[in-house]
Amino acid sequence: MSSRLLLSSGYPSLVGSRFTTIIPRRTLILESALTALASHFLLGNEARMADKMDNGELHNKNEDYTQLEKERTEERLNALRNTRPMKPNYEGHIPLWTSEKLLLFLISGIRSYYHPENGINIVQLGEATAIKPMLNHLHKLMLSDPTGRRILKDRPDVKEDILQMDKLATYPKNTFGYQFYTWCRRENVTPDTRAPIKYIDNPTHAFIFKRYRQCHDFYHALNNAPIIIEGEVTVKALEAANLGIPMAILGTLFAPWRLTSIQRKRLFDTYLPWAIESGLKCKPLINVYWEEILDKDINEIREELNLFPPSDLRTMRDERRQAIKELNDKYKKLHEENSNFL
Amino acid sequence: MIRNIPATKNVYRTLMITNRVLNVENPIFNNNNSKATSTTHFGSKIVPTAEKSKMVGHVFSSVASKYDVMNDIMSLGIHRLWKDHFINKLDPGKRPNSTEPLNFIDVAGGSGDIAFGILDYAKAKYGDKVSTMDVVDINPEMLKEGEKRALDMGRYFKDPRVRYLIQNAEVLDKIEDNSKDVYTVSFGIRNFTDIQAGLNTAYRVLKPGGIFYCLEFSQINNQVMDLLYQQWAKVLPVFGSIVANDYDSYQYLVESIERFPNQEKFKSMIEKAGFQSVGYESLTFGICAIHWGIKA
Repeated sequence: MSSRLLLSSGYPSLVGSRFTTIIPRRTLILESALTALASHFLLGNEARMADKMDNGELHNKNEDYTQLEKERTEERLNALRNTRPMKPNYEGHIPLWTSEKLLLFLISGIRSYYHPENGINIVQLGEATAIKPMLNHLHKLMLSDPTGRRILKDRPDVKEDILQMDKLATYPKNTFGYQFYTWCRRENVTPDTRAPIKYIDNPTHAFIFKRYRQCHDFYHALNNAPIIIEGEVTVKALEAANLGIPMAILGTLFAPWRLTSIQRKRLFDTYLPWAIESGLKCKPLINVYWEEILDKDINEIREELNLFPPSDLRTMRDERRQAIKELNDKYKKLHEENSNFL
Repeated sequence: MIRNIPATKNVYRTLMITNRVLNVENPIFNNNNSKATSTTHFGSKIVPTAEKSKMVGHVFSSVASKYDVMNDIMSLGIHRLWKDHFINKLDPGKRPNSTEPLNFIDVAGGSGDIAFGILDYAKAKYGDKVSTMDVVDINPEMLKEGEKRALDMGRYFKDPRVRYLIQNAEVLDKIEDNSKDVYTVSFGIRNFTDIQAGLNTAYRVLKPGGIFYCLEFSQINNQVMDLLYQQWAKVLPVFGSIVANDYDSYQYLVESIERFPNQEKFKSMIEKAGFQSVGYESLTFGICAIHWGIKA
């Protein structure tokens, strides 16, 4: 009699022998392959070493193990060093693959939205959005203008000592240099804090973008825009209209939504229209050799560039603050007078 | 204190033999070959030896305040598990039947995680409130971070038991000979300019019977893990650049991990310094390893 043992994965054989064979209902190819792989890689260290020992690869007197070790380390170090798509083209250059550039854009975009006050986020987003067509356009703009060509040739750097800020204090009051100096000191900023360019591959493009970043303060000073967020949005809008820089466009589109309604009203009524109109009408600002015109009369410069400042933002805010204070005082007095009747 | 250490005599005999056999001049890790223009490695660059400690100092100055975050990113938070295991294995603390307090020294432990962990463990398990701890680091900013952590934790700040000293681990000039019971170094020894000198100083500073206890990155012994780690090490500097705005520090760290000797080589370096019963335990497939040795 054949024993009828029913096991989970098979059928008992009906051949009349004393032994029962199990015929598998299905073949477990994937499972066995995975098990083999897992055992080989996770548990099979000793087995692999035993194989090596059989082949004579382990404890081999003819092998220079020190040399092998050194070569292995060098190989791995080379793999770690050669992760970049190209060699650095300038000091501080970190070349990125396209996927990494996308990651930079996403991460800095999200961080800039939630923390625009942190300069590093804005700087990173600016470099992430500095796409080649835009930089090529700026490059062509500079090459088509004689002053722009001179800037590209000289590669001036904007630093406090190069500009000689202390000398600017002694300039006549109507010069741009003096206005720039007073604006810097009033807003408590310095042109030294501009971050270096890291992620732009072409060195000329990197210089153009650095120049754009460094001239940002000059635009502020020329138009008397303060560094509060409204002033920043105004200048960004000016840059967007004039130069077409994607970061400036993004800033103009998204930054106003984080402001209060009265700030938005001021922006939409006065400053943004001014910025867009002026930006489209005036000369390309990247072609201005700011270092050379520091001693010129500021109104002359404005005539040349066809760029006239809007009403002073700080004055408008102060006037509004004053009006609100007067209202508060008036109603406080009225409240006191009325409470005397009660 | 350490569990599962082998019998001293036999190990000593095998150690003497291995010492003779392994007395190889490894140019990568031996910095004594050229006395004239002594150079060493700073990540992948070759720099004059005198410069390396300055450059390492600079790396750690720039990352000091975000060191814990950086460690978390680099090891995906696993470093906390490693450090917990490190302390639990050491089982530190003055035993109740002992009369003398223990003297600990934590080297290159500026941020203080091991130092404070040891003191907390000793207090929790053995009620040890008297053992002293010297937190030593070459970089003042890291040490400041450690003291700040102590202040935030509400203990070990302005505590006569805990001293914070700025010292070069290869010299330790303010620490006397034969004065420490336990010398710990966690993820710091790979940054030493001269690792053997650091080990020799550890030997000098420990009492006879004192324990040298080191946690450091080491060679991965699993192929799959190794492949994964290599890919991770390639993208890490870019992540550091995007998230922390610091490409160079992470590149240096990744290369310094690669340059560090493997488990066996480091074990022989510790034996060369004179320690006995030297052993190691690899953690997480060899990503890091705990090495220990006892001063005769």
